[in-house]
Amino acid sequence: MKVEVRVYPREGVLDPQGKAIASALGRLGHSSVRDVRAGKVFFLDLAGDDPRAVEQDARRMAEELLANTVIEGFDVRVIG
Amino acid sequence: MKFAIVVFPGSNCDADCHHVAKDLLGCEAEYVWHQDRDLKGADAVILPGGFAYGDYLRAGALARFSPVMESVAEFAKRGGAVLGICNGFQVLLEAKLLPGAMHINRGLRYVCRDVFLRVENDATPFTSLYEKGSVIKMPVGHTEGNYTAPPAVLEELSREGRVVFRYCDGEGHVVDSANPNGSVDAIAGISNRGGNVVGLMPHPDRCSESLLGNEAGIKMFQSAVAALATK
Repeated sequence: MKVEVRVYPREGVLDPQGKAIASALGRLGHSSVRDVRAGKVFFLDLAGDDPRAVEQDARRMAEELLANTVIEGFDVRVIG
Repeated sequence: MKFAIVVFPGSNCDADCHHVAKDLLGCEAEYVWHQDRDLKGADAVILPGGFAYGDYLRAGALARFSPVMESVAEFAKRGGAVLGICNGFQVLLEAKLLPGAMHINRGLRYVCRDVFLRVENDATPFTSLYEKGSVIKMPVGHTEGNYTAPPAVLEELSREGRVVFRYCDGEGHVVDSANPNGSVDAIAGISNRGGNVVGLMPHPDRCSESLLGNEAGIKMFQSAVAALATK
């Protein structure tokens, strides 16, 4: 099954990349930009056909490796 | 006295550390490949600088799962002296042998220059020959050296005296302009609770002989020899 894991800087955690992107967007004239946070997306292809079990698996993977939970949060979505 | 120097695919300061231990200090020094588990009876383990596993995902994130890291963790748990330099520090953070994490530098760039450090803790096996409060110069070279940790951890590090080095100016003042990467509390290096595991972003291995114009770093290695030879 296909699973999407999004990893992003936790709320309130400094995000130098997001800040730099926000200021670049501002310089390009996008004056509506208030804030940007930059993260990563992982598209996993996992064996199994129980969406709940697959989601659990992906969660463990995110906790163990994909995210550094000291500074990053994540969410997991089974796409199908 | 024997140093083990861990070699990950992408380590590039392993030979520098080996040179300091063997050629400059006359100690035994053994490379330990990341797939091995045998630390070869070493008294101290060094995780050198470089780009272990290409820094893929996050610096140190994949190196942490090397077989050798299980041995390093056991060694550290038994009180063994472990020093992580630059990428080695990042590996120690990812392995949770030291608390906290690294952001990309606040300037978003690779920073390669000399910095000044204030010695905040001279009680670790790697800093015993320095004087607390003294100011030393060391080079840094990194993109992800912007140390951070949750407030409770920072409070604990400070309370327990586990900040080993802070970035400072030439006079020892901790000022923002002397902080090369934005690290919280100007933290350049920390230790674990036992003091036996130390990580720092600056490179003592790159300033350990007069040929390189700076010998400030060799005391870190000499400290280990002094601390461990008396055991």
